[in-house]
Amino acid sequence: MIGGSGLVAPPGEPRRIGYLYLAPGLLVFGAFVLVPLGHAFWLSLFEWDGVTAGTWIGLDNYGDVVSDPALRRAFWHALVLIGFYALLPVAIGLLLAGLLARARVRGLALFRTVLFLPQVIAMVVVAVMWRMIYDPSNGALNELLRAVGLGSLAQSWLGDFDLALSSLGLVGTWVYYGLAMVLLTAGVQKIPPSLYDAARVDGAGMVREFFAVTLPALRGEIAVALTLTTIYALRNFDLVYITTKGGPGEATSVPAFQVYSRAFESGQVGSAAAVGLCLTALIFAITFAINRTAERRPA
Amino acid sequence: MTSRRDLSVTYAILGAFSLFALLPIVGIVFTAVQDQGALAAFGTFHGVHLGNFADAWRDGNFGTYLRSSAIVAISVVAAAVLLSILAGYAFGLMRFRGAEVLFYVFLLGLMIPTEAIIVPLYYDFRDLGLTDTYWALILPQAGTSVAFGTFWMRAYFRSVPRSLVEAARIDGASSWFTLWRVLLPLARPAVLTMTVLLFMWTWNEFLLALVMVSDEGLRTAPLGLSFFQGRNTSNLTLLAAGAVIVAMPVVVVYVFLQRHFIRGMLSGAVKG
Repeated sequence: MIGGSGLVAPPGEPRRIGYLYLAPGLLVFGAFVLVPLGHAFWLSLFEWDGVTAGTWIGLDNYGDVVSDPALRRAFWHALVLIGFYALLPVAIGLLLAGLLARARVRGLALFRTVLFLPQVIAMVVVAVMWRMIYDPSNGALNELLRAVGLGSLAQSWLGDFDLALSSLGLVGTWVYYGLAMVLLTAGVQKIPPSLYDAARVDGAGMVREFFAVTLPALRGEIAVALTLTTIYALRNFDLVYITTKGGPGEATSVPAFQVYSRAFESGQVGSAAAVGLCLTALIFAITFAINRTAERRPA
Repeated sequence: MTSRRDLSVTYAILGAFSLFALLPIVGIVFTAVQDQGALAAFGTFHGVHLGNFADAWRDGNFGTYLRSSAIVAISVVAAAVLLSILAGYAFGLMRFRGAEVLFYVFLLGLMIPTEAIIVPLYYDFRDLGLTDTYWALILPQAGTSVAFGTFWMRAYFRSVPRSLVEAARIDGASSWFTLWRVLLPLARPAVLTMTVLLFMWTWNEFLLALVMVSDEGLRTAPLGLSFFQGRNTSNLTLLAAGAVIVAMPVVVVYVFLQRHFIRGMLSGAVKG
């Protein structure tokens, strides 16, 4: 969970019995998350095919993340997907929040239910669904284009080198814009109306009002929305595996998919572990950066 | 102060985006019930053929997959909820040496993606002879779930009025009694929110199942669906029906407990 409260001294006496309550959870968490994480680092120092004895190569696998064009491309694709999974949904959410600042809407709960629905559906199901929609011969998207006389635009959305990554990205946009919209509209309804009255007395128009009042007041919500959607963008395995397997060529290869294919298809276990850890480091860094920026109060 | 025009623009935009969220879902449901004999295309509609679900259930072996998913999800959620309540109680209401550092370790655990640990997990479980067992699906997910659950329950126990805890202590209640008889009855909404989120994440998990399990009988629902897609590319109708079957359990829970899903996700809930 992001955006929780900081550490405050807990009530009560020092209690060594706390260790007893903590122990079972810590044991499971340690054994199946922390120990494997350490083991992943150990594996990443070897060149190993998973069968024969590995060769110690130090940090070379990490060097490859920078120098290997296939890995560089995968990480670049991950950054592009952040645009589709995180920036675009938050932009859509902000547009709506700006409108809601002036209009107190009723029945938001109903919209909320619908807008959240894509997120509770398994990503594998979402992937199967969008593969059908993007299908070049009888997919709904091409059928729709033909129906409105734009048949010349119909094409192989997931098979085209230039379009495949954007097509996948838009699936992410579809899944997550509801989250951003609901988060930001909930935030905007909490802004005291007096702030808007003051802005209006000063003669602020809708745009000025948005930048002077709405946007600063929503910093916390924007940070939560960006953090969540960025993490989802970076952990994008299911969708890629089901729809494109990284193709055509390597047009939709992402780090999460590289981890899988290197470890379990092409026998580059050490490299796979290194990519997984770099992905984790990237998630930490971006989460930290977003939340630091959000905490810094405007002057 | 709000003009009618502003209000209708807002409703129009909300409506358009809601419709766009719904359309692909309606499309796949329509596809799932159309006539298998007709040339299938996504979103077309030729009457309702509910028999497709029975066919997909049989051809796709979804009964087995749903059973596996249920076994894994119930085990993970039950274990994680219990352990998280205990650990969250310790972090939330007790003071002991190292609590702060340990808590930060849990916090980092929330952001560790499955991708980071899947490689060693596979080789460790293989060495232990545990791949192709339910343990390989349950234990790692219990680990990541406990990280989230502990964080969630700690936040809850922090919000409990201190007077309640102190009153119980003055009455001579043990910490165990205080937890189960005094605090937990009040914690039901928080526990329920945690439960539905963990259920959703566990049910929808794909990568772990893909790596850990090759036995047909152990495949979870999302994994089963991906195999069904692989061997059944021509019959869109049955594939759509299978997809609906796999998504249905979580959607049903969502319909009844949506308040909990939304509250949990709005608070920034995320799991590795």
